[in-house]
Amino acid sequence: MRAMNKLKGLNRTARKNYLTYALVIAAYIILEAMMRGGGMKAATKGMLVPICAYIVMALSLNLTVGVMGELSLGHAGFMSVGAFCGTAATMCLRDSMPSAGLRLFIGIVIGAVAAAIIGFLIGIPVLRLRGDYLAIVTLAFGEIIKSLVGNVYMGIDQGHLKFSMFTNELNMSPEGKIIIEGAMGIRSIPKIATFTAGFILIMISLVVIFHMVGSRTGRAIMAIRDNYIAAESIGIPAFKYKITAFTISAAMAGAAGALFGNNYSSLIASKFNIDTSILVLVFVVLGGQGNMLGSIIAAAALTILPEALRGFADYRMLMYAVILIAVMLISNNAKIKDILKNIAEKRTAKQLAKGGASDE
Amino acid sequence: MSFLNYLVSGLSLGSVYAIIALGYTMVYGIAKMLNFAHGDVIMVGAYVCFFAFTRYGLNPFISVILAMLVCTCLGIVIEKLAYKPLRAAPSLAVLITAIGVSYLLQNLALLFWSSNPKVFNSIIPNKSLDLGGLTVSYITLFTIAVCIVIMIVLTTFINKTKLGKAMRAVSEDKGAAQLMGIDVNTTISVTFAIGSGLAAIAGVLLCSAYPNLTPTTGSMPGIKAFTAAVFGGIGSIPGAFLGGLMLGVIENLAKAYISTQISDAIVFGVLIIVLLVKPAGLLGKRAQEKV
Repeated sequence: MRAMNKLKGLNRTARKNYLTYALVIAAYIILEAMMRGGGMKAATKGMLVPICAYIVMALSLNLTVGVMGELSLGHAGFMSVGAFCGTAATMCLRDSMPSAGLRLFIGIVIGAVAAAIIGFLIGIPVLRLRGDYLAIVTLAFGEIIKSLVGNVYMGIDQGHLKFSMFTNELNMSPEGKIIIEGAMGIRSIPKIATFTAGFILIMISLVVIFHMVGSRTGRAIMAIRDNYIAAESIGIPAFKYKITAFTISAAMAGAAGALFGNNYSSLIASKFNIDTSILVLVFVVLGGQGNMLGSIIAAAALTILPEALRGFADYRMLMYAVILIAVMLISNNAKIKDILKNIAEKRTAKQLAKGGASDE
Repeated sequence: MSFLNYLVSGLSLGSVYAIIALGYTMVYGIAKMLNFAHGDVIMVGAYVCFFAFTRYGLNPFISVILAMLVCTCLGIVIEKLAYKPLRAAPSLAVLITAIGVSYLLQNLALLFWSSNPKVFNSIIPNKSLDLGGLTVSYITLFTIAVCIVIMIVLTTFINKTKLGKAMRAVSEDKGAAQLMGIDVNTTISVTFAIGSGLAAIAGVLLCSAYPNLTPTTGSMPGIKAFTAAVFGGIGSIPGAFLGGLMLGVIENLAKAYISTQISDAIVFGVLIIVLLVKPAGLLGKRAQEKV
């Protein structure tokens, strides 16, 4: 009972955050139990890790698009950096570190750090622009990363790493092993990513985002989003806060990429193209900008949807497109919006009349 | 091949980009939306022309007109069904809808025409002109000429006609234009119609030069042309022309002298540098922010 009262005492944001944590944990327990109990098709099982990776991607992009209010069309680039660095790291450590879990952890950390560095460097020029110009420059950076990553050659030779751009002349001894092979990417990756790792990554991302949004940094970022000029005029250093958020967002995308990369036997740079960036953006917009629970649900549902539509065979991507357009048209229909607004107003009026649970 | 050769073929590719970019820039100027489905309208135009010209052997001129008609209607229908209901919606919702339309067109094309590449016959005889050491194919010259004609006609239309004036007014201030008695909805429809008609021409020219036609043919040129529009200053018609030509030339020279694999990276790199120096693009107007 006391716990209930305490819960009631929290404001709406905190309650929603706890609800998000609770739902994610519940979903994890149910899915893990189903997996252990054997009540899950192999196809579904294989989708769990990609879903986790896409959820983290959606959360990270939501930080940029929803909280910061800047449209980024190159988020797959950070995922790509994370995937290649993270997967190359776990491949290199294969002989010296027997524990798969530890290797995966190191891989994800390296992926996150690498993407954070790239995100910071890209953020310096990008965040000085605004609106659609910012969007097109992120798109450009995404394509540049794709082209460059597709031309990296890396090998490991007697404990030394060897790199080369554009040519595969790594000058390796016969014992040397090539890891990244340009456009062919990384092959024969041991699949070490697990659903539990994905779940932990989602939880960490949520904790980071919720803490950041609730902190001084988060409030400053939202102030900049809502009115750039007003925020700057009261002395908020807009650029500093924006680049902080952008770097964190990139790091999370990198971590998601490292998880994603370690889940497939091969990885190529062209997978992380503009379509992937847009796919993640669709998750964020459908789930609601700034709404983390919405992002999670949208990412999970839309990753399953093409699979669930498999019965329609050739028509499935067509159905996907139709559903996407229909959802956007319906959710932005003025009449439906009015009805929803009326319901919300009535509820608020009722609560006020009761004099109970205030929101702030 | 000499530098001049690369330059001319770059100008030809750039002309195609410029024609596509005109569609992007006009729609952006008037509806303030990034029409991501524009690249797929190009693909539809190319398919219509392919069937009319290569399969049924119609006159090339009639085939192109037919492609333009189909694309114009398509543009109007897309605008009426998908974008018009969202006129008051946040811009991201419109963007996602445009992406949905793009997927829809690609997948419809996949269903009707399958993913097997079609070999597009050039609408212009496949011959070259020898200009004292410089060999230029007819299609290259034709593309550049078409682009210049379109540019002149469009500029005259925008500056001299009543409808053009209405378009300029709507792009400046929708509300005020409506108060002056301009039919905003019709004006936007006309803009979409013109943009889509131009896309059909671009599709035919693109496939005449690069004869491989698949349902995703339009997407990469679409993105590049969008880049070109931003490069020149989005919303500006001379900007789209200049941006398209420059992008084509840079891409071709990068392919010739640096590396084919990273020519795209170089194109996008130049775009980034231009935007950092001139944040509104080469010929874009910098909007004053009012407090």
